[in-house]
Amino acid sequence: MKIKTILAAGAMTVAAVAAHNAQAGAVLDGIKAKGFVQCGVNTGLPGFSSANAEGKWEGIDVDICRGIAAAVLGDANSVQYTPLTAAQRFTALQSGEIDILSRNTTATTTRDAKLGLTFVGINYYDGQGFLIPKALGVTSATELDGATVCVEPGTTTELNLADYFRAKGMSFEPVVIENINEATAAFFSGRCDVYTTDASGLASIRTTMAENPDDYVILPEIISKEPLGPVVAQGDEQWSDVARWSFLAMVEAEEFGVTMGNVDDMKANSTNPGIQRLLGVSPGMGEALGLDEEWAYRIIKNVGNYGESYEKNVTAKLGLERGINALWTDGGLQYAWPVR
Amino acid sequence: MSENAKLPPLPVGTFVERAVTWSRKNLFDGWFNTLLTIGSIAFLLWLIPPLIQWGIVNATLAPTIEGCAEVTGACWGFVNANLRLILFGTYPYEEQWRPLLAMIVLMGIICASLGGVKYPSVRKWIIPMWVVGVPIIAILMWGGVLGLTYVQNSYWGGLPLTLILSAIGIIFAFPFGLLLALGRQSNMPAIRTASVVYIEIIRGVPLITVLFMASVMFPLFLPDGVSIDKLLRAQIGIILFTAAYLAEVFRGGLQAVPRGQFEAGDSLALSYWQSMRLIILPQALRLVIPPTVNSFISMLKDTTLVVIIGLFDFLGTVKLALRSDPAWTKYYVEGYAFAAAIFFLICFSMAKYSAYLEKELRKGEQR
Repeated sequence: MKIKTILAAGAMTVAAVAAHNAQAGAVLDGIKAKGFVQCGVNTGLPGFSSANAEGKWEGIDVDICRGIAAAVLGDANSVQYTPLTAAQRFTALQSGEIDILSRNTTATTTRDAKLGLTFVGINYYDGQGFLIPKALGVTSATELDGATVCVEPGTTTELNLADYFRAKGMSFEPVVIENINEATAAFFSGRCDVYTTDASGLASIRTTMAENPDDYVILPEIISKEPLGPVVAQGDEQWSDVARWSFLAMVEAEEFGVTMGNVDDMKANSTNPGIQRLLGVSPGMGEALGLDEEWAYRIIKNVGNYGESYEKNVTAKLGLERGINALWTDGGLQYAWPVR
Repeated sequence: MSENAKLPPLPVGTFVERAVTWSRKNLFDGWFNTLLTIGSIAFLLWLIPPLIQWGIVNATLAPTIEGCAEVTGACWGFVNANLRLILFGTYPYEEQWRPLLAMIVLMGIICASLGGVKYPSVRKWIIPMWVVGVPIIAILMWGGVLGLTYVQNSYWGGLPLTLILSAIGIIFAFPFGLLLALGRQSNMPAIRTASVVYIEIIRGVPLITVLFMASVMFPLFLPDGVSIDKLLRAQIGIILFTAAYLAEVFRGGLQAVPRGQFEAGDSLALSYWQSMRLIILPQALRLVIPPTVNSFISMLKDTTLVVIIGLFDFLGTVKLALRSDPAWTKYYVEGYAFAAAIFFLICFSMAKYSAYLEKELRKGEQR
């Protein structure tokens, strides 16, 4: 009864907030007036959003915000970052504290439909996997019956793990450790056979925490879908369009082979009508979004295309190859809607 | 009792003889103490040499991942390479002289206030110092005037943030806690009830809940477009929380002052505030110096909880640095050891100062 009341109050608040934001164009106008994009990021996840030694934010999630700032304001540095914990992130968006949340957030039905949010794209396809010592001699997750598994508590990771083993009719013994440093230390000291978390996390743990990375393998099975992407508050369609197409422009640029280095040359000389539309040589796209015609040109010039951003952040920092995040033309899932 | 009676007997004999006498008396006094002494020495022998080996002999200061990979001991290079990130968090790199200066000003005022309490000539400047100093710190940190660029406080971090949260927390929680303590002792039912309810509610919830409410629930109740700053919310949360605990500490002090002292004030026809200021509080507060400082120390350490609402205090920036590059992540022991050392330094100084202050204030009784 009590819980129901609280839930109802919460739902009403969310609905009220959604209604507040329903004036079209308000967010974009607000950004132009204040001169920066307020961007919610992770409090520290290398490759996605983390502060470098100079205290500057960097990562593929950060690049989304930089791209939007370049498109809207002309300067990729016109971004103010609000580091957010998992618990705070949606409130910050609903209350208007931030303009966009670019914080490795999994797109799900409830978040999209019930929380008054709009996912504008998927900039990283992740999924839960297993890391094991090679010496174990296991080549597939289906052989893990009876294994001890190190896992962090209270996350979907723990639930997915239980679901997977139950579905396969296998048993496992969880070793639940709160802190990631302790959890990985426990794994590498041999306290458990298997370590499980999102595949991106496994790869970085393997390359950076293991004494000898070659002694460990990530099993081919990915047991959950974690499509991560930037989110905006529901209700301002113009703003969600700007956010969506700023991201898609980065992917489209990679498809066309437009890079930070050759964008000027492409703009001046390319005869490909697709590229001409993207870079504003044939006008119309910017106007449709409420921006000027060079919006996508500035994103690529200042931030680079999706592949460059991925290379610079995810591959360089985590040692992760493109995998399912390759372009669809290379057998991956990244597929830009045509800019036309 | 004469002063001389307290003095120990004059030492006789050579240094070695005296040392033997001393250790017999203090270390090997009966079989139990002998056992304890031997056990302690064995423990230290087991603990210290490997620690020195790890922390100093085999350690490196080289600020590169490669340098750290070469040594078997501690990688202080992690702290060295990320020192500015650890100290100042995400504050814009080129502007980091500002939080540094703000920190120096803050420490200067704190030291002058603490050291100057004794001297009337300095004492009268303490309040003016804070009145001028706090705006200077605010201007340095925020900027936006005098040609300084504006820095949102979501960029503040590290040691300045910890010190500011603690110092401002103490300055505001102290008088607020005092008022609550007096309110709880008041004869007026409304004030008494309000104070009791406030104190019991706040003491009944963990600080982490207060911070969560302040950062997650509170913004939803504000009208659209109005947002109270995250840092301010956290600061107010900390003040409200600490004040409730201090109120109980002060109540202990007030109750320990003999009834006759209150009556003495009344019989001199002093008003309530006069008798409080001149008679009761000086005695009550002196009695509760240790628990008050205890509260301050625990508050300083509690400021590390702001990390759960996305603010990077000193401990938070250590974590931030650990995640700045995955290659650094495995040197978390060094990072946390560094943070522990700094926290120890601050808390230990506070404890030492409280001991000094107690001694100073008790001088009157010892004559």
